[in-house]
Amino acid sequence: MPIPCCGNPLTGKCYHRRRFFDTRTSFRACHCRVYRVSMEPLQQFREEVRQWLAENCPAAMREPINPGEQFWGGRNAIFSSEDSRLWFERMRERGWTAPEWPREYGGGGLSPAQGKVLKQEMQAINARAPIFNLGIWMLGPAILEYGSEQQKHRFVAATLRGEIRWCQGYSEPGAGSDLAKLQCKAEDRGDHFLVNGSKIWTTKADHCDWIFCLVRTGPPTSKQQGISFLLIDMETEGISTSPISLISGESDFCTTFFDNVRVPRENLLGELNQGWSVAKFLLGHERKLMSEMGADIPSVEPASLPMEYANGKMADPELRRQRVEYDMLMHSLRLTHARVLDEHVAGLQSHLPLIMKYLGTEAEKVKGELLLAMLGSAGLGWEGEEFSVSQRKALRQWAMSKTLTIAGGTSEIQLNIIAKRALQLPQQPT
Amino acid sequence: MSLVRNEEQRRLQETAEDFLRRNAPVSALRKLRDEGDSLGYSRKLWQEMAELGWAGIIVPQQYGGLEFGFAGMGALLQASGHTLTASPLLATAVIGASTILLGGDEAQKDTWLPGIASGQTTLALALEETHHHDPLGVELSAAAQGDSYVLQGRKLFVADGHSAEQLIVAARSSGAKHGEDGISLFLVAGDALGVLRKRTIMADSRNAANIEFDRVRVPPDALLGAAGQGWPLLEAVLDRARIALAAEMLGNCWECFNRTVEYLKQREQFGVKIGSFQALQHRAANLYTELEMATSVVLQACASVDDDPQQVALLASLAKAKLNELSKQVTNEAVQMHGGIGVTDELEIGFFLKRARVAMQLFGDSRYHRDRYAALSGY
Ligand SMILES: Cc1cc2nc3c(=O)[nH]c(=O)nc-3n(C[C@H](O)[C@H](O)[C@H](O)COP(=O)(O)OP(=O)(O)OC[C@H]3O[C@@H](n4cnc5c(N)ncnc54)[C@H](O)[C@@H]3O)c2cc1C
Repeated sequence: MPIPCCGNPLTGKCYHRRRFFDTRTSFRACHCRVYRVSMEPLQQFREEVRQWLAENCPAAMREPINPGEQFWGGRNAIFSSEDSRLWFERMRERGWTAPEWPREYGGGGLSPAQGKVLKQEMQAINARAPIFNLGIWMLGPAILEYGSEQQKHRFVAATLRGEIRWCQGYSEPGAGSDLAKLQCKAEDRGDHFLVNGSKIWTTKADHCDWIFCLVRTGPPTSKQQGISFLLIDMETEGISTSPISLISGESDFCTTFFDNVRVPRENLLGELNQGWSVAKFLLGHERKLMSEMGADIPSVEPASLPMEYANGKMADPELRRQRVEYDMLMHSLRLTHARVLDEHVAGLQSHLPLIMKYLGTEAEKVKGELLLAMLGSAGLGWEGEEFSVSQRKALRQWAMSKTLTIAGGTSEIQLNIIAKRALQLPQQPT
Repeated sequence: MSLVRNEEQRRLQETAEDFLRRNAPVSALRKLRDEGDSLGYSRKLWQEMAELGWAGIIVPQQYGGLEFGFAGMGALLQASGHTLTASPLLATAVIGASTILLGGDEAQKDTWLPGIASGQTTLALALEETHHHDPLGVELSAAAQGDSYVLQGRKLFVADGHSAEQLIVAARSSGAKHGEDGISLFLVAGDALGVLRKRTIMADSRNAANIEFDRVRVPPDALLGAAGQGWPLLEAVLDRARIALAAEMLGNCWECFNRTVEYLKQREQFGVKIGSFQALQHRAANLYTELEMATSVVLQACASVDDDPQQVALLASLAKAKLNELSKQVTNEAVQMHGGIGVTDELEIGFFLKRARVAMQLFGDSRYHRDRYAALSGY
């Protein structure tokens, strides 16, 4: 019989039966002591986090967020409410706008295991993200990896203080999936670069303070070897933007033009002509962001739509089948997200993060089509009072879902990456 | 609960994969098939597996088991899916052990569990009466006569049914077909008077039987739990069976997939490796994403048996439905991507294909589990 020795601090259950198991030595020993040593401080941390959140997260910040209520930071930032400001400032004080980043640049200095605890406790009370910002999701990790000390202090810290709203200048009219074909030119003028060219699909360029930009510093045919990574203030003379309308009715992105724009040399991230490594590193973080897109944005859920029932089942067998397939897909996806986090905490190397963008964004499209199928003609209302708010929202959401499998590397490109990196399949000569 | 196997579980899985690759690879199954082996598995191998503790993975120590938990059992079954090892692991170590553990009284546990843990006793669950999984559709009758029961009826598709020492028979002692009330589970010796077992030669070359019960008289201590109240027990046992089988299917899928990816890297056509064709790359990459999702589901389902009983039913249906669909997709793609050699008996891929089809029907096809998942979710 197991001797009650530990008591799992999380469930109060004895973990004794998780013995060391080795068929070669038949050696069995209790791991509970190890478990207790490693779990107790974490449990204490959890208690602290829980209490701190209870005291500091305003009630309104535990409600589903509506479009327009997000705080994006930046020079022209506005808080949609006093609670939103309070919440951001309190989280910022603790460094929890970037919980696992070093404290010296404004992060929280948490371990992966602590980061997971914070995430779980925030989820448990439906706490909103205090800030939305490409600088935190994508650029920050790249500066921490490739930036100079001065750049880290200047840009990372300011971003975490909510002072810079960033946009991404990668794509060009002739360079989408084949990003390395980009032609936006930066001439090396010693103390500065002179940038000429244009970028396209720059999300929210007209609302942002700074743009992180891939530019050609080598000859036009230099491909990956002639690309550099520049950080550019959008207020610099010579930059202009022009919005583009989307099928969802929004005008989320812009064409961005650069006409003799002077960029100080100190704004070069990484080495000259070595920008491609930075770009790829950052794309890994963009994949991660895009894979969680669905989870952060409140949306109309198929489960919330009123349906006809007969004998306790959805009356329409075909819609019931579509819904259950969708629910099972999302259930599997949630578990896989949880596994990514658990592997991160356990310090395991795996290819799992490579697949999440593809899966998450494709699932959003399944959801969009299911919403329309369930709503019928009620889901086709573009505007006007004849349709309910959530009906109209469902339609916009359906349209929006189409962008997700294109932005941040199309699904086809994701599959290419998986085939190459996870499966190591041979590549066609190009 | 974590979605990463802990060190002991990983070690168990590695040891198991290593042991099975050396002692029971797919060629062993081929040999059993070609020789028309009457048992359908190697008794010696099962004894060795039992000595490693595998027969008693989920059996408490007091009955001679390892009490290693269901997550460990999942790791083991996944390993056995890689090699398609024929053994009583599922029917005895999972289903038999779970039935006695969950439904037996102290005397029954004392009688049966030590034998299960040591590999001496084998069991089989006699449940189905039609060609689709329908646990509530039990009609085999159990009539009370004095304090014993008389069983009358027929069972199909009983995994390990032709060889198991003991049969766990789902019978109806009262109530109507498809009613939850009135189902009882009995333990019946495989060689009891009136039991007629016909081995069925199935696609997967594993063991199954159709079994006739003709006026089979069983004593009162053969009843597991209370008479007529066996449904919750049966459901719980089936959920463990579904999860364990899903783990085995996961191993099958990974092995089949890995072999296919290897082939894509070797085979040349048009002067290049066929794995450089994007049409094949995308299909393989997509399968990989499905395999990883299925892995998460199986890990969670196994862990839930140990740590989160509320979730077991939903996760069992999710796991079984998911692995049914994945098995079909992976095995079909594996055959197709191998080209002509893929449809030969010489290549082992065919064994994975056929095991998958049998496993897909066992304990519920996708239709059954989609319906159950929706019902459990309230629609
Ligand atoms: C909503 C949204 C926001 C965006 N925001 C930004 C932003 O802020 N900053 C920015 O820089 N960019 C942004 N983008 C641009 C985005 O990164 C590109 O649209 C994307 O990389 C695809 O490039 P493309 O549009 O030129 O399509 P193309 O590359 O022309 O692709 C057309 C089709 O060909 C397929 N294809 C291309 N190459 C291959 C291949 N090798 N194998 C198989 N199929 C292939 C594609 O998958 C696609 O189906 C955004 C896009 C969207 C939709």
